[in-house]
Amino acid sequence: MTGLVKPNYSRPLDIKHGRVDMSHGSGGRAMAQLITELFAAAFDNEYLSQGNDGALLPQETGRLVMATDSHVVSPLFFAGGDIGCLSVHGTINDVAVMGAQPLYLSASFILEEGFLLSDLKRIVESMAQASRESGVPIVTGDTKVVERGKGDGVFITTTGIGVMRNGVKLSGDLAQPGDKILLSGTIGDHGMAILSQREGLAFSAPIVSDTVALHRLVATMLDSGVELRVLRDPTRGGLATTLNEIAKQSGVGMMLYESAIAVNQPVEAACEFLGLDPLYVANEGKLIAICAPQDAQRLLAVMRAHPLAEAASIIGEVQEDAHGFVQLTTRIGGRRVIDWLTGEQLPRIC
Amino acid sequence: MKYIDEFRNGKLAKNISANIAREATSLSGYKLMEFCGGHTHAISRYGLVDLLPDHVHLIHGPGCPVCVLPIGRVDQSIFLAREHGVILCTYADTLRVPASDNSSLMRARANGADVRMIYSTQDALKIAREYPDREVVFLAIGFETTTPPTAWAVRQAAFEGLKNFSILCDHVLTPAAMHAILAGESGTALDGFVGPAHVSTIIGSKPYEPFADNYGKPVVIAGFEPLDVMQAILMLVRQINDGRAMVENEFTRAVTREGNLKAKALVDEVFHLRDTFEWRGLGSVPNSALKLRPRFSAFDAELKFGVDYVAVPDNRACECAAILRGQKRPQECKIFGTVCTPDNPVGSCMVSSEGSCAAHYSYGRFRESA
Repeated sequence: MTGLVKPNYSRPLDIKHGRVDMSHGSGGRAMAQLITELFAAAFDNEYLSQGNDGALLPQETGRLVMATDSHVVSPLFFAGGDIGCLSVHGTINDVAVMGAQPLYLSASFILEEGFLLSDLKRIVESMAQASRESGVPIVTGDTKVVERGKGDGVFITTTGIGVMRNGVKLSGDLAQPGDKILLSGTIGDHGMAILSQREGLAFSAPIVSDTVALHRLVATMLDSGVELRVLRDPTRGGLATTLNEIAKQSGVGMMLYESAIAVNQPVEAACEFLGLDPLYVANEGKLIAICAPQDAQRLLAVMRAHPLAEAASIIGEVQEDAHGFVQLTTRIGGRRVIDWLTGEQLPRIC
Repeated sequence: MKYIDEFRNGKLAKNISANIAREATSLSGYKLMEFCGGHTHAISRYGLVDLLPDHVHLIHGPGCPVCVLPIGRVDQSIFLAREHGVILCTYADTLRVPASDNSSLMRARANGADVRMIYSTQDALKIAREYPDREVVFLAIGFETTTPPTAWAVRQAAFEGLKNFSILCDHVLTPAAMHAILAGESGTALDGFVGPAHVSTIIGSKPYEPFADNYGKPVVIAGFEPLDVMQAILMLVRQINDGRAMVENEFTRAVTREGNLKAKALVDEVFHLRDTFEWRGLGSVPNSALKLRPRFSAFDAELKFGVDYVAVPDNRACECAAILRGQKRPQECKIFGTVCTPDNPVGSCMVSSEGSCAAHYSYGRFRESA
């Protein structure tokens, strides 16, 4: 009988009950199916659908910026986000704080045998949504599968390319004594969201990760014409680590005001409880800006007018210091060093 | 944050600071030892030195659990993990305490030993239940604050009949260490003590009375918030000015004279005094530490595995001993901040954020550069 055999038919992936197996990374039909039905369907864009080994992109005028970031966060799903949107935001932010307009992303997945396809679908859809909302398409990707026990569900590496805005010169070595240091909002939200979930800590108000793409905020800040010298997103190691990096690069010291650094109350409580200092806890949706002193108030106004930086504040200033100390004037009026992080405060945070 | 912000209020701190400056008039100065690492940490983290006159000196005491743990005790735990293949569980900072041969529990772990960081003694019991075929040893360190949870775990293990769980008991006692300091040469130079916060919630204020009565040293028990410490300093200054030596309690929101009776009874049920115990810095101090009572001896890892304690001298360049006795300041050690840093500690005082050297390095070292 004819009609029963469908030469081009293959049964769709069983997303609901299925799991990743070794064939999904073998390069064969199973892998092609996973890519088509899951990744390509979600990320859908003209570059990805070229279907080649790489994406052919239009010509750009201007210098290019490229950044890459691997994501190994545990747990994979947390309040305010998941590894998927985190991997999109993280790389967009790295490109954006260079002073560039992010244009394209790549995404590379290392999947562990046995990982639930339903979880993978949630993650991929979250990435697709983050990418759509940001206007930065995922144009190429890769998938590998490792044996059970050799990974931890899924690891995602994303790489981003952006084009530098004309006339912008931002670098960690440009901070000068007298410059003002601005912060776009509260600190420690992402790290404590992860940790409180991991430790099963429940607070009256849940701690929500601040993961978000910052490129539009950056664009607004650059459009304002303010003389920006340094932009950074204080992720792993938190505000303290990022400021120490800048101080070292620029060969300067800094003085911060503890009372100007905002911390959400549940985050403060969780840090207190676990003996952590929010200055060292990771953020995924905040940025530090260093600008000329005469521009600080104008920049502050521009930031506060943007929904992603309503709680922005001037948290300190750059000062001359041969030793490169980042110092803090404490709330009670004493002074102390804010040092580099020693050891590992929170592993697998992003 | 309620109950916290009140004790970190900048305006009140300035008021107390002004009172101290006005009242601390003795020309010979005020040498005050804060016994606890928790106070050392608070003093450094909030920069309290900036709120005190120059002649009110704070001397860091030995009340930091990992700081006083001698090399031989860490060696013992590494030996158990490495040679007996036990799962060795302990609290975080202990992992980085330097041991013999440039080792530490952290390095032993990197070399394949099964060393696990835990947050609570309950985690250690959980591991013991999960791995019935493995021996699980909890390296139990700390002063009176961490002793009740260990006692509880041992009692629970006995109740459940957990045969694969034991402890290396390195719990030490605060009053014994204060006696040792006062009996030593540095003791006479001290004018008073800022007394422990959390330790005192367990043991109460009564055990400090001999220091006031017999040694004539005022003791003011203080909480770990900056205003607690400032207020305690003011209370000490007033006692010294008046020629009084009493035990006063600034931390009344948590400490009573008798302490936590339930916790004390629990500890007494499970532990009794060791004849002597070697402390880093203080040497062998009689009746200064605890061991399991005979009825719980099945949970004593020293007996179970027959590992005797072997004393190991400290690194010769390291001044931890003098620093722990309050005779030297961290910055007076030749290797402070050069060979010995929090990332590569040579001495135990550079390990925990409560250690004098780590606190000064991490929070206060800009003062030397000025």
